[in-house]
Amino acid sequence: MKGFQTKKEMPAGTGKKSGPRLSMSRKKSLVGLVFVTPWLVGFFVFFASPLLQAVVYSLNNVTITASGRKMTYVRLGNYQDIFIKDAYFMDRLLNFLKEIILQLPLILVFSLVIAILLNQSVKGKGIFRTLFFLPIIVVSGPVMQMLISSGSTTIPLIEQYGLYEMIEEVIPRFLQEPVTGLFSELLLILWYSGVPTLIFLAGLQKIDATLYEASYMDGASSWVSFWKIVLPSIKGMILINSIYVTVFLATSELNEVIDLIRSNMLNASKGFGIASAMAWLYTICILAIIGLCYALFGRTGGGEKPMKRSRKEGRKR
Amino acid sequence: MKKELAGHYFSWRARLVGRPGHRGWLFKAMIYVLLISIGFVYLYPVLSMFVTSLMGLPDLLDAAVKWVPTAVTFDNYREALDVMRVKETLINSIVGALIPALAQTGVCALTGYGLARYQVPFKKLIIALLIVTFVVPPYVLLVPNYVMFSDYGILGTLKTLIYPAMLGQGTKSAIFVLIFMQFFRQTPLSLDEAARVDGASEARIFFGIAVPLAVPAFIISFLFSFVWYWNETYFTALYLNGNNIGDTTRVSTMLLELQNFDAMYKQRVQQVASWGASVMGESVANEAIKMAATVITILPLLILYFCLQKYFVEGIDRTGITGE
Repeated sequence: MKGFQTKKEMPAGTGKKSGPRLSMSRKKSLVGLVFVTPWLVGFFVFFASPLLQAVVYSLNNVTITASGRKMTYVRLGNYQDIFIKDAYFMDRLLNFLKEIILQLPLILVFSLVIAILLNQSVKGKGIFRTLFFLPIIVVSGPVMQMLISSGSTTIPLIEQYGLYEMIEEVIPRFLQEPVTGLFSELLLILWYSGVPTLIFLAGLQKIDATLYEASYMDGASSWVSFWKIVLPSIKGMILINSIYVTVFLATSELNEVIDLIRSNMLNASKGFGIASAMAWLYTICILAIIGLCYALFGRTGGGEKPMKRSRKEGRKR
Repeated sequence: MKKELAGHYFSWRARLVGRPGHRGWLFKAMIYVLLISIGFVYLYPVLSMFVTSLMGLPDLLDAAVKWVPTAVTFDNYREALDVMRVKETLINSIVGALIPALAQTGVCALTGYGLARYQVPFKKLIIALLIVTFVVPPYVLLVPNYVMFSDYGILGTLKTLIYPAMLGQGTKSAIFVLIFMQFFRQTPLSLDEAARVDGASEARIFFGIAVPLAVPAFIISFLFSFVWYWNETYFTALYLNGNNIGDTTRVSTMLLELQNFDAMYKQRVQQVASWGASVMGESVANEAIKMAATVITILPLLILYFCLQKYFVEGIDRTGITGE
């Protein structure tokens, strides 16, 4: 991005002395604005203003009368109601958070392993890739629901060998339910790894092959080069993937929290105010998880930059 | 002696485990085993879904029949097609996925191009806002958007899906903008400069040079948008049906029909039996019919995927889907 900008600025910089060149660069930036305008309009109409509206709703008691919507300001009353009166919401929200914290690392590890496997030079690569990206197409709320209800997503072997009893003995009780749930939905997790695999694969393919060779010459094993070369250079992808997976799980239609938001919204006695407040609580939780991911994977230390440089040099040769 | 042994050890080790650039056969075998078993995990539900959908009632009840049905029947499909009212819902599904997907791809391409190629004022801010739109769960916007759509009187029509897509706020639009931005950054600037010197307009440069070079990005964006729109049910259900889910007079898509399959099936059986469900003891769809319905809903996507998968698998390498 930096390199691109300086290239772009060059004509403008040299043109500053003479009038017409400057207006040329201004004209170009206006043209750019024209390209971006539809999105900007959409942003204000369908994102920014509804977002503000959602804040307003969440602080009001919205009732629908014959003459239209009536709002009475209740400060944080809606949020209080959720904490005190609502039996389900906080429970489901906490469950969802537990689930996401368990599933996220698993999905990341699975998708990285699959991406590394797909990146090897094997015969029938195309077939494997076609097969492995199939879940991206098929994963959707109703379809998954059908598959889960028909039992196609569990591995029968796990139940037979008494894994659940083992789990109950070893793991603290508050984690038991999510962990056993995890095993019964192991296939589901593999199925969710589609897009993350895609992103990791794209990242792996950018790593310069000469790096592996050089590290081999220096006596590094595959194991070492994985930790010293592969992981640092896909650190950015890990961040992108963790954010993607979080957003994916948060917007998955199998998620019980969002069901509750919808049913509350359509419920005449509770209505828009409560639903908006719930949506905000949910959003804050999601953003907190994404913030956590950023804190964990986001800080690109010294490892990233020399990598990029050597990649560019490799390309020149 | 010792040296010889060590030499043997290393040569065998190299042959079995391999070294970078050249994998040994043990290593390769392991990779194949892993690939095939994971591939099986992906294929297993699809296969079992497909096989189950072809089974008759006797096979379903017989525990011994797991993979090979004793008699193949297409009755399940006939029934599922009927219950899902495929004639109407297929068109809705296609319109509700195709138009938003096309609109979204177009607008995201424009936005990505503008951000990648021009010094747009407040560029960094715009990119930051773009990421914000991706990260904030769309459920916050649910209530206000619902109110807005009902105020404009477009609730219950497919316009509720099309309008946001036309302005770049459809399902996960931000990802596509980022893909296009990344892609347009990679195409050489000298081409536009040359065209500009020759007096081409900015629009001409976009359509004549940038778009043809970005075909893989267009295909990937279109495929993903189409799939995501096709599979979306939460917002579709709300914007199309409101609280009357299952009302047959409303606009519906195939996925919505699948979601409410049990209810729709019951309704259908009641209609056929004309005097209430009490006459028909069995008003719950059996597994085979449900699976047939599932196959029907994902079939168009599978066809699309297998037609475009070449571009898809190759395109990943070239689009730089990840950004940096």
